Amino acid sequence: MSTAHDTTRDPAMPPAPRAAQKTSAGSSVDLRLIGGLAALLALLIVPIFLRNFVVFQLTIILAYAIAILSLNILTGASGQVSLGHSAFFAAGAYAAGILMEHGGVPYGLAIPLAGVICFVFGFLFGLPALRLKGVYLALATFALAIAAPPLLKLGTFEHWTGGVQGLLLTKPDPAFGLPISQDRYLYYLTLAIALLIYWLSVNLLNSRTGRAFMAIRDNEIAASSMGVDLALYKTLAFGISAGITGIAGALGALAVAFVAPDAYTFNFAIALFLGMVIGGVGWLPGSLAGAAFIVLVPNMAESVSKGLSGAVFGVFIIAMIFLLPNGARQLVDLTYNQIRKLIR
Amino acid sequence: MELFTNQVLSGIATGAIYACIALAVVMIYEAIDHLNFAQGEMAMFSTFIAWQCMQWGVPYWGAFVISVALSFVAGVAIERVLFRPLGHASILVHIAGFIALFAIINSVAGLIWDFTIKPFPTPFGATPLFGGVISSHQAGMIVVTLALLGLLYLFFRFTRIGLAMRAAATTPDSARLVGVNVGWMIALGWGLAAAIGAIAGIMIAPVIFLEPNMMGGVLLYGFVGAVLGGLSSPAGAVAGGFMVGVLENLTGTYIPGVGNELKLPIALAMIVAVLVLKPNGLFGRTQVQRV
Amino acid sequence: MSINLRPHLGVLSAAALALAVSGGTALAQKKYDTGATDTEIKIGNIMPYSGPASAYGVIGKTIDAYFKKINAEGGINGRKINFISYDDGYSPPKAVEQVRKLVESDEVLLVFDPLGTPSNTAIQRYLNQRKVPQLFVATGAAKWDDPKNFPWTMGWQPNYYTEGKIYAQYLLKEKPNAKIAILYQNDDFGKDYLKGIKDGLGGKANQIVAESSYEVTEPTVDSHIVKLKSSGADAFFNITTPKFAAQAIKKVAELDWKPTHLLTNVSLSIGSVIKPAGPQNAQGIISAAYLKDTSDPQWKDDSGMKKFDEFLKTYYPEANRIDASVMFGYNVSQTMVQVLKQAGDNLTRENIMKQAASLKNLETDGLLPGIKINTSATDFAPISSVQLIRFKGEAWERFGDILSSDATH
Repeated sequence: MSTAHDTTRDPAMPPAPRAAQKTSAGSSVDLRLIGGLAALLALLIVPIFLRNFVVFQLTIILAYAIAILSLNILTGASGQVSLGHSAFFAAGAYAAGILMEHGGVPYGLAIPLAGVICFVFGFLFGLPALRLKGVYLALATFALAIAAPPLLKLGTFEHWTGGVQGLLLTKPDPAFGLPISQDRYLYYLTLAIALLIYWLSVNLLNSRTGRAFMAIRDNEIAASSMGVDLALYKTLAFGISAGITGIAGALGALAVAFVAPDAYTFNFAIALFLGMVIGGVGWLPGSLAGAAFIVLVPNMAESVSKGLSGAVFGVFIIAMIFLLPNGARQLVDLTYNQIRKLIR
Repeated sequence: MELFTNQVLSGIATGAIYACIALAVVMIYEAIDHLNFAQGEMAMFSTFIAWQCMQWGVPYWGAFVISVALSFVAGVAIERVLFRPLGHASILVHIAGFIALFAIINSVAGLIWDFTIKPFPTPFGATPLFGGVISSHQAGMIVVTLALLGLLYLFFRFTRIGLAMRAAATTPDSARLVGVNVGWMIALGWGLAAAIGAIAGIMIAPVIFLEPNMMGGVLLYGFVGAVLGGLSSPAGAVAGGFMVGVLENLTGTYIPGVGNELKLPIALAMIVAVLVLKPNGLFGRTQVQRV
Repeated sequence: MSINLRPHLGVLSAAALALAVSGGTALAQKKYDTGATDTEIKIGNIMPYSGPASAYGVIGKTIDAYFKKINAEGGINGRKINFISYDDGYSPPKAVEQVRKLVESDEVLLVFDPLGTPSNTAIQRYLNQRKVPQLFVATGAAKWDDPKNFPWTMGWQPNYYTEGKIYAQYLLKEKPNAKIAILYQNDDFGKDYLKGIKDGLGGKANQIVAESSYEVTEPTVDSHIVKLKSSGADAFFNITTPKFAAQAIKKVAELDWKPTHLLTNVSLSIGSVIKPAGPQNAQGIISAAYLKDTSDPQWKDDSGMKKFDEFLKTYYPEANRIDASVMFGYNVSQTMVQVLKQAGDNLTRENIMKQAASLKNLETDGLLPGIKINTSATDFAPISSVQLIRFKGEAWERFGDILSSDATH
């Protein structure tokens, strides 16, 4: 596999179908590029013609996609599983909210600051997590997700966090007096940040650091005997992933204009995890598909049956993992393969 | 001092709930080397089946046996129908499957039996012991948990099938070479885990009341207990369940200021600290990875 | 004074302005905003059909069934109600998404009975900016009665804060030297009650000897009760949701603790709280009610209760009638229907708010005798009175006067 945003060689993951591997070489690289550009163009242009509500929905999807991308870096690249990213998402959302509403910090500064704060949180959490693997690490992160809402409700910080009542945020007006709605402006802001993060992540995974992550994922002992500093890179992966999720949290909070403990329960952590699996573990563009799944499919399930919406959602998940056990990437691979056959 | 004793006792009573479900968690871990997020919902559904049987006039022990037997069959069926075909996929995909199963069972139970709480009978009576801190039902539940633990120990230690199951879970390839049918061992593990879950649910329901969301918190604490004690050790998991119950109570009672509001986060932090020192749990065996 | 009488002078707020504009036009003329036509009224709603609060989804289903009944009987002034209800899973971001879908895509006339304080807080500013009515929200926070700042939002049930105050005042009267223990759910519901109780106790708040909060993720509250009992308290405020209330009632009895036991209105259902906990354990518990309890034998021959049962039989046979949420949904729907009837052919959003703010002595089928729904341009709290009740034998016994929130100010 030559493309860097493709990080699958997770021992837990079977190799992608053989057909798909063929496509990643030679002329099909151009096809992938075309596909990527088409997606980008769609993300840029389509929202112009959509209603504000749909644009808002897309903004939420983008924010979740950023969070899922960060999970992909952690799980797909460095092999550490997290069921606790709702906590980092919450930390980012609250950091941005508190900075803006209590500190008078402009949102343009609050977003990156939220990322920095979460990077520190993630790095610190990564230190004890270093000693944990597999189920034990999953449980430790799960504990983090469960501990987040009581911490956010804590009376001691109520002045800052709003306690159980949550905190209302002011939606930013378009910068430079752009003549577009707040929703559209937030969408393009989120899209710009998402693209920047995507580009940085691809570069990161292509770099020495990214290779170190993947070496750790494939075999820790081998990696460390080759001179990879396990402690540094594993905590770094946690920090980076948490930092990116924090930015996603800040963007999500801006779009909703409200943060509250009930928004960031462990159900949300599980939804993010699900998004990663549905999108395809380790395949960064899949994050967008995964985010769309966790936002839109529950709505679809609900329109099928109100009383059984949970069951319908579950059936959708099962259908997805049966048809596409490698996630959305498999669908994309299959499509490319078909197109290639047609061209030939 | 009386408060301390009472809190420890009431912690043990609550811990029995966690210990009970932790046993089911360990059972499935022995079979598939992973945790099943839908375990609590499966137990909840089994408990509803027992309840429904009793509504139809079946006596308690009859309902008990029907529920446990049906749960065993359902556990095997779920493995065969849902997870066996996924066998080759990554563990992350399996977890997504557990999440789906969770959503389906919870939603179906809500539709059939709605969300109002239902009292559940107990064969041990509700006589208060130790000034009411523990009820006779809770004492009975502790006995049942320990008896189950004993049975499991004997099963895994001395029966061919138990040994074969352990072999299939830990080293599937080697197990296959010595003639163990690994696929059926996994299905059997699912069945046993579901049956133990049914017993756990039937034991827990009289204390916390029966309703579709009853197991959410319980499973969480069950996981914590099992992981704390060590997933590879049934006795450790049970001990872990009791420890979580007591620890949480003492945190809530004695840590001044934020202790009450933060008793769960503090207890979780302590457990993570334990795991950092003993990465395989207090009583778990160390896993050695070959390069 | 009523600003309705002096429409051109009473420009106090956006609400007053809105009322003034519509107040001047003749009612005979048909007027519509988005969501209303000659044949249809579109009503939006969000409910937690899935997730941790899914028990409340029953309210949405009851409303849906009730509007089916109204439609089957010919609708309201010839118009059928098109009720669109979405699942928000009790998550504020999802609530915002679903409400925006209702307003911008389904184009509903109004949002009716959205559930949960966090979800309603998340959508309140949006709906007020868009001038879409957010009517009869299903939460007991006091903040929904704020017509000056949020002229498009209105509560329905008595608020938690006032109810807490009523309990505190009752206790001070009955047992002035009580040593008080409080168990509360750690969320907006619990904290509102807690504040009401503390304000009600006033200078005597120092008589609180123990306070304990629980998270909804906890399997049982048993250990909290053990702790509270050991404080030596002889009065107990039980601020819990149904499952935990039943656990607490049972545990208090098992511990042989005999405090003056005050239970919130949220958990007074005989069928889904008292019976599971054991009626013998609930003797003497004090609470406050505004609705008739469906499992209380004293309402067996009540005409309102009979109508309720007929409705269930025809339109919602699968309902569990002992679930207090069914009664809640039934009565809040009747309130909505009354507003729409009053609005006549003037189905603008302004007029909907105006009519919602001019309910006079409305008695829905499930309200306790003597409790009436009253609103005005300055009073956005439709039900503001309750009556104290005491559990005796198999039923709740009402005692004392109807207590209105005004009396506690």
